[in-house]
Amino acid sequence: MSLIDLANPTKFLALTARLLPWLAGATVILLLIGLYQSAMAPDDYQQGATVKIMFIHVPNAWLSMFVWGIMSIASLGTLVWRHPLADVAAKAAAPIGAAFTFLALVTGSLWGRPMWGTYWEWDARLTSVLILFLMYLGLIALWRAVEDPSRAARAAAVLTLVGAINIPIIKFSVDWWNTLHQPASVIRMGGPTLDNAFLIPLLVMAIAFSLLFITLHLAAMRNEILRRRVRSLQMMQANQKAA
Amino acid sequence: MMAALGPYASFIATSYGLVAAVVVLLIVWITLDYRQQTARLRELEASGIVRRSGRGAAEI
Repeated sequence: MSLIDLANPTKFLALTARLLPWLAGATVILLLIGLYQSAMAPDDYQQGATVKIMFIHVPNAWLSMFVWGIMSIASLGTLVWRHPLADVAAKAAAPIGAAFTFLALVTGSLWGRPMWGTYWEWDARLTSVLILFLMYLGLIALWRAVEDPSRAARAAAVLTLVGAINIPIIKFSVDWWNTLHQPASVIRMGGPTLDNAFLIPLLVMAIAFSLLFITLHLAAMRNEILRRRVRSLQMMQANQKAA
Repeated sequence: MMAALGPYASFIATSYGLVAAVVVLLIVWITLDYRQQTARLRELEASGIVRRSGRGAAEI
């Protein structure tokens, strides 16, 4: 099956049916390994056991930005290449991205209270991630507000591409402004500053959460294709009744 | 177990519990949505509606 074949929703559904059990299995195994490694990781000399929050906070924070990146590529697919599955991919990703962003905000807040002495601070990193969360909610609302999927797709694609400006702002906010949030310690020039005792569980959890996203996203795309099939068949049925 | 997590055990446990709850909610939501869509397609197929390709409504 070539990449072009995947533009056909029926072929995409067949591929998804074959892939989903394997992806779900790999996700569960990696999550279990990651959780075990996180539980066994030593306490940090400064943060103590609260460093364990990092193993779930950081993957969710990375995915909150990664999912918007995927939606931005899909939006180009909608506006430029008019790929039939592009807006399906973007629409299906939005609620999952919103969930990851919500988790990044809340786990960050729960980590911040014991470490910074506050749940929330209106600094650049925290505020830009909150804006990302609100943009996810806005996109979901837009998809729900416009009944015709193709019209909603174009408006959502434009909004997604405009919102993509926020992604580098989030990433570099800790370098450009003074913030309570620590600077990048994994993806940075000069390599990670984390000890392997923390880095390895973190990377395993990041891969596990990425697999979780791929699994959920494919399943949500499958649902969206079926929803559109239901819609078109219901319209066909209504036309037959009217004729 | 909680004692081993130190004075901030409740923050750690709440974080992990919340992540687990949201992930389970996502899985349940996607599963229920799939069942709802396939049930609708089966209803349409039962009412005699056929796709333009000639295949049944619920057929992949």
